[in-house]
Amino acid sequence: MQEALRFLQPDAEPLDRADFVEQARAARHGLRAPSRGLPLTIRGLKKSYGDNEVLRGIDLHIPAGQFVAIVGRSGCGKSTLLRLIAGLETIDAGTISFGEAARPEDVRVMFQEPRLLPWARVLSNVEVGLGRDRATPDAQARADRALTEVGLDDKRGQWPAVLSGGQKQRVALARALVSHPRVLAFDEPLGALDALTRISMQRLLERVWHDQAFTAVLVTHDVAEAVALADRVLVIEDGRIAHDVHVDIPRPRRRGSADLAALEGSILSNLLESAGEPLQQ
Amino acid sequence: MSLIESLPRANRLRLPRADGLIPWIVPLAIILIWQVACVTGLVSARVLPAPSDVALAGWKLLLSGELARNIWVSFWRASVGFVIGGSIGFAFGLANGLSPISSKLTDTTLQMVRNIPHLALIPLVILWFGIDESAKLFLVALGVFFPIYLNTLHGIRTVDPHLIEMGRIYGMTDGELFRRVIFPGALPSIFVGVRFALGIMWLTLIVAETIAASSGLGYMAMQAREFMLIDVVVLSILIYALLGKLADSASRVLERLTLSWHPAFQKH
Repeated sequence: MQEALRFLQPDAEPLDRADFVEQARAARHGLRAPSRGLPLTIRGLKKSYGDNEVLRGIDLHIPAGQFVAIVGRSGCGKSTLLRLIAGLETIDAGTISFGEAARPEDVRVMFQEPRLLPWARVLSNVEVGLGRDRATPDAQARADRALTEVGLDDKRGQWPAVLSGGQKQRVALARALVSHPRVLAFDEPLGALDALTRISMQRLLERVWHDQAFTAVLVTHDVAEAVALADRVLVIEDGRIAHDVHVDIPRPRRRGSADLAALEGSILSNLLESAGEPLQQ
Repeated sequence: MSLIESLPRANRLRLPRADGLIPWIVPLAIILIWQVACVTGLVSARVLPAPSDVALAGWKLLLSGELARNIWVSFWRASVGFVIGGSIGFAFGLANGLSPISSKLTDTTLQMVRNIPHLALIPLVILWFGIDESAKLFLVALGVFFPIYLNTLHGIRTVDPHLIEMGRIYGMTDGELFRRVIFPGALPSIFVGVRFALGIMWLTLIVAETIAASSGLGYMAMQAREFMLIDVVVLSILIYALLGKLADSASRVLERLTLSWHPAFQKH
């Protein structure tokens, strides 16, 4: 834990015990120590593919270290928004800024598919995530630490082909984390996993987000997942932000609690009503 | 080795020595039946000599040094032709797989040339090169070129675009992307090309040697036919079979070494 906290403030002096307790309490109440994450400001963002206008003007500010979930029906533009944030597509109009100049290693993406290199062992796959630091002498040690963080240090010498779906996704998470990104974008990273693996992966995501204090943007079609993980849920409809819901439920959140269910229900009914299909209850 | 074979079985034979011999049971049985058929007079020696006679002919040729010389000559032609044609095919495959301009420029031409059976060029090749070494090398290289070209190209074009995007996101340079993503991704397909090419290599060489040569296995077989030495003809055919098997085994070993990550090549 000492390790982890020092990590939150790489430039800070080692904390004394009182600070440590204070920080831990603050973290429990959701008011975390100054974040390593970058704030994200989006102004008038537009994107179209041919005649199809996918994003019709997105204005959004995400404070540093916030966990934001983006939900919406398929084809609403949520994945496009994420790809634009990650710099994978060119912007038609508007701006995306990260507060200060972000290095390429500061923004990382995790996809629905693990996208591991099948011909590289697990550890080398994680090393890929170091970007330009791949050639440094401590690359392997850093990759090892990232693997330990996702609980897969015993799989370092395996080929990806022998791992289960959940394990592959954990390797992909280690690869995204190894460069200590300040913004991490998730494009339905748990979409292809079975229900139980999803829940343990959600816990893992929440823990690494908490420990590493990056800004997280999660695109998901699962509203329950969004309210369980995020500080804030954005509902996108027809290329615009239709609802911006703050989730004020303290962490750790208990799955299946009435608060979460109520919030999930109201977001779902918003989504369905806008499409003319009122939620039957 | 197919995926199904590589799956672990519940009652796997725990006899590694016997396991290695199983593939040879059928060829050995054929030789045995053949020998029995010849000895009992079921098959006339003028149609098919007994395996023992073939072995004897082989032994005599081996003692005279003729067999070793002819095998060596054929082997040399095959490998040099393979290396030349294979490298050119590989180079074009890389260029056309990686660069759209190169592909637009040369692919159509290569596809047209591909549809000419290369053995149909033999008369022209003889006119150009005579029955010199270069004629055989040219034909082998041409025959080997296409399977390697096509499969290298196919391999590079079918590398998962998701992986390439991943490589770009993680800041790989073009060289790194090629070394760590594109080439390893294309390798299984390149090996398919190599194995096709090995088959075509022997085929081309034998045909070329039977038609126009003054040494080599094909020449040895043609000479033997003229002197009605049917045992030597059969011997040559058997040597082709063995050489073909040898080439295939070599490529399999290479495959196993380089594709150990592939589920189909993992040992259980």
